[in-house]
Amino acid sequence: MTDPAPKLLCRDVWKIFGPNGAGVLRDLGPEAKASQFAARGHVAAVRSVDLAVNEGEIFVIMGLSGSGKSTLVRCLSRLIEPTSGEIWFHGQNLLAASEDEMRQLRRHKMGMVFQHFALLPHMSVLQNVAFPLEVQGVARAAREETARKMIALVGLDGRETALPRQLSGGQQQRVGIARSLAADPELWFLDEPFSALDPLIRREMQDEFMRLQSVLKKTIVFITHDFDEAIRLADKIAIMKDGAVVQQGTPEDIVLNPATDYVAEFTRAVPRAKVVRVASVMRPAGAEEPAATIAATAKIAEAAPLFLAETVLRVVGAQGETLGHLQRDDVVALMLGG
Amino acid sequence: MRAAVWAAVLGGFWAFAALAQPYMPWAFDWPKALVMPAAKWISAFTKWLLNDASFGLFTFQELTRWISAVVDVPYRFAMNLLSAGTAEVPPLSWLAVVILVALIGHRFGGMRLALLAGACFLFVAVFGQWTSAMITLASILIAVPIGVVGGVALGLAAYRWPWFARTITPVLDLMQTIPVFAYLVPILILFGFGPVAAVIATVIYAMPPMTRITQLSLQRVPQDLRDLGQMVGCSRRQLTWRVMMPSAKAGLMVGVNQVIMLSLNMVIIASMIGAGGLGFDVLAALRRLDFGAGLEAGFAIVALAIALDRISQAMAQERPVSIVARNAYVLAAFVTIGLAGLSAAIMPQLQTYPEAWQLSTGAFWSRVVEWINVNYFDTLEAVKNALLLNVLIPFKRFLIGLPWAGVAALLGLLGWRLQGMRLAMLVMVLVVLIASTGLWDKAMTTVYLCGLSVAVAMLIGLPIGVLAAERDSLWRWVRLAIDTLQTLPSFVYLMPAVMLFRVGDFTAMLAVVAYAIAPAIRYTALGLQGVDPRLIEAGRAMGCTNLQILTRIKLRLALPEIMLGLNQTIMFALSMLVITALVGTRDLGQEVYIALTKADSGRGLVAGLAVAFIAIIADRLIGAAAARARAGLGLGGGGDGT
Repeated sequence: MTDPAPKLLCRDVWKIFGPNGAGVLRDLGPEAKASQFAARGHVAAVRSVDLAVNEGEIFVIMGLSGSGKSTLVRCLSRLIEPTSGEIWFHGQNLLAASEDEMRQLRRHKMGMVFQHFALLPHMSVLQNVAFPLEVQGVARAAREETARKMIALVGLDGRETALPRQLSGGQQQRVGIARSLAADPELWFLDEPFSALDPLIRREMQDEFMRLQSVLKKTIVFITHDFDEAIRLADKIAIMKDGAVVQQGTPEDIVLNPATDYVAEFTRAVPRAKVVRVASVMRPAGAEEPAATIAATAKIAEAAPLFLAETVLRVVGAQGETLGHLQRDDVVALMLGG
Repeated sequence: MRAAVWAAVLGGFWAFAALAQPYMPWAFDWPKALVMPAAKWISAFTKWLLNDASFGLFTFQELTRWISAVVDVPYRFAMNLLSAGTAEVPPLSWLAVVILVALIGHRFGGMRLALLAGACFLFVAVFGQWTSAMITLASILIAVPIGVVGGVALGLAAYRWPWFARTITPVLDLMQTIPVFAYLVPILILFGFGPVAAVIATVIYAMPPMTRITQLSLQRVPQDLRDLGQMVGCSRRQLTWRVMMPSAKAGLMVGVNQVIMLSLNMVIIASMIGAGGLGFDVLAALRRLDFGAGLEAGFAIVALAIALDRISQAMAQERPVSIVARNAYVLAAFVTIGLAGLSAAIMPQLQTYPEAWQLSTGAFWSRVVEWINVNYFDTLEAVKNALLLNVLIPFKRFLIGLPWAGVAALLGLLGWRLQGMRLAMLVMVLVVLIASTGLWDKAMTTVYLCGLSVAVAMLIGLPIGVLAAERDSLWRWVRLAIDTLQTLPSFVYLMPAVMLFRVGDFTAMLAVVAYAIAPAIRYTALGLQGVDPRLIEAGRAMGCTNLQILTRIKLRLALPEIMLGLNQTIMFALSMLVITALVGTRDLGQEVYIALTKADSGRGLVAGLAVAFIAIIADRLIGAAAARARAGLGLGGGGDGT
């Protein structure tokens, strides 16, 4: 596979809140501490962030509250004006785009899901989902047809005429998801979409989200404060602390090689077997010819039950070709090593 | 330690007030030569506006005439529709109006509201107040839309442009504290005497709260919704009208309710500049001391107020109604108008409510008053005189005897301790300004009446609030009572007080107490109910008695809220106090009232501003004290509980 140009690229992005963010950043320089900004009445919410999001990838930005993740995602869509930096989307620097160009981009290329759903209280489910198209000036019949499809896609058919307040939290967020997809965006922002939901519903919505993504293949920037959620969903994770990205990589990278103690705090409790892929642990094919097979992209946790009967598994690629062998001892070592 | 300092300060103040007069007479009576002729300036300015001011293309007078003419068109229409009729077409018959009101009630609040609204209007017809009530209603029908649209426009502008918000905020502050009579005078001069001037005064009075509420509701729209609007690529107009305004609707409807109730209040008061209608009936009855007639008109105002209030509250809640049903209501309204018109042509009784069907309780009420006076005159008189001689008059003398310089210094010191130098300067400048207009004695009379009324209102309101806060069933009744009290136009409160105690300070005080008691009760109860239940539980776990929980925990924690209640009570008292000029007080209100009868805009505005200054001083000092109390309890930064 060749490495494609990233869909969304963000270089040295800063956001300093305060009356003269750019001036203060120039004066203090990029190495300044938070307290130095605070002394001048400013807050550095996003500090020198570099990200590259590839097409069709789920890129999760994980951080605790106050880490700047929500500000960052709003900088990416310019809901909040970054203080400095570059954001490239489709070969265009968004920070140089005019108000009108931004509006067109948001209408046609971007969709967003909000933590507290942000449903318009005076509109029915159908009207809410059709709203982005209405804003674009799409005729009623056409926009309602699209909206009905989206509502069916998220499994809410039959509730079209309900008002937001008549729905449960999970249902409301389904409406929010349907709405964000109505204009068929290329870039899909989800800002803590499941944080306001109960744990059981959250789990269900995560599954639903993965199912949708397997069909839609959008380029996704997903914000969460829940490390387990990040591990579960992400192709790539960026961990933020105090406005800066402290580590980014695949979930496997991060769990196996936490860059700082801060990251290690999160990874400590994560069972390795659920993150590490078979391909990372396999050895070159040996002399024996095991009958049982496992996909190279599977997680170790999925391979483990097979060892009840076998001692060696054959690791296969997408076409069924043999890539290597997975030994029981290696798996046991990994699982017990914690 | 702090108590000792304050005791010393008060002692010094008292010594100064008691002993300094012979040596420093200027500190007691503002020197005549230095009195600021602000009234003359304002009068001259109004005269200039009226005679000479010009915007180049047209003069100021042409502008005011043009505004009058523009307002006159819809007003005439509403008048003809409800009351006068034209040569060819009679006005809507009483039956049609009652049914229409019931239909509106049914649309927004179901059967119960339909019955209530219909009954209120029927009540007005049965007691022979129909014509006047319809004149009042016509003014409201015109004033409310103008007030709402104007308020929303200003609020929207203030939301969008911060500089505009900064400009109008002090104006709004002043508009809400200046007594209503005071700007009746310039309006009388600029727009003449008559219903149109009254409508304009009503709009000016009712618009500031709508502006405030619009601003607030827009600011309270969740950030997420604003972001959503941006994310789907709304244009500015789409963001305002498709996202922001609909999301702020619940708040805006509260504003509409306020505009309606304030308009009703003002239309009644504006009878003094020719609004006619029910307000004029009350005013005329007051002047003739015809209690029966005044009370009847008062009851009609109450009925109108209740119907309008409940309907507009129900509108705010918006019962979902299908499109079919909505059309059915419109159809039913037209059928009603048609049928009522036809039947009225056949049976004239259905057009104009016949006198034979009317009930008059006027005579009854007059007899009741007579009976009370015959049997209890001595008792009532004794109570009144005892209070006057032992409380009211000494307190009044005491306040009038205070040196303005000492008061300025004392209040300034208080402001400095509570918040800092800026508040101290503001308070002192305002006190000196009041003194410099030569109205010190009248201002102190206002402070005395207001102070005593507020004290009485708090003395009665606090215990009721405390009792009601603990008992849900009682609270429900108390809340219904104070909600209703607050919807009643201030004029209504004068009648019963005058009936029993005739004119004078004591009567004024009773009316003010009745009007101002609602916030005292409400804020106390809400403050107590808002105390964190975990703290009460903790108190109980430590073995506190109920009394200890009340005094040691609840009242302490509710203190900031109770102080806000005190603040509101003072504001209510001041606004009512000015109206009690009608029953013969000798304070700033009387000054405004006299100015109104003489169409002296300078005198009226200066006295009005003095009342506003008193209100601002009280508001800022109490506000600062409440903020301190709150900070002391750690309730400040919104970090409580979560």
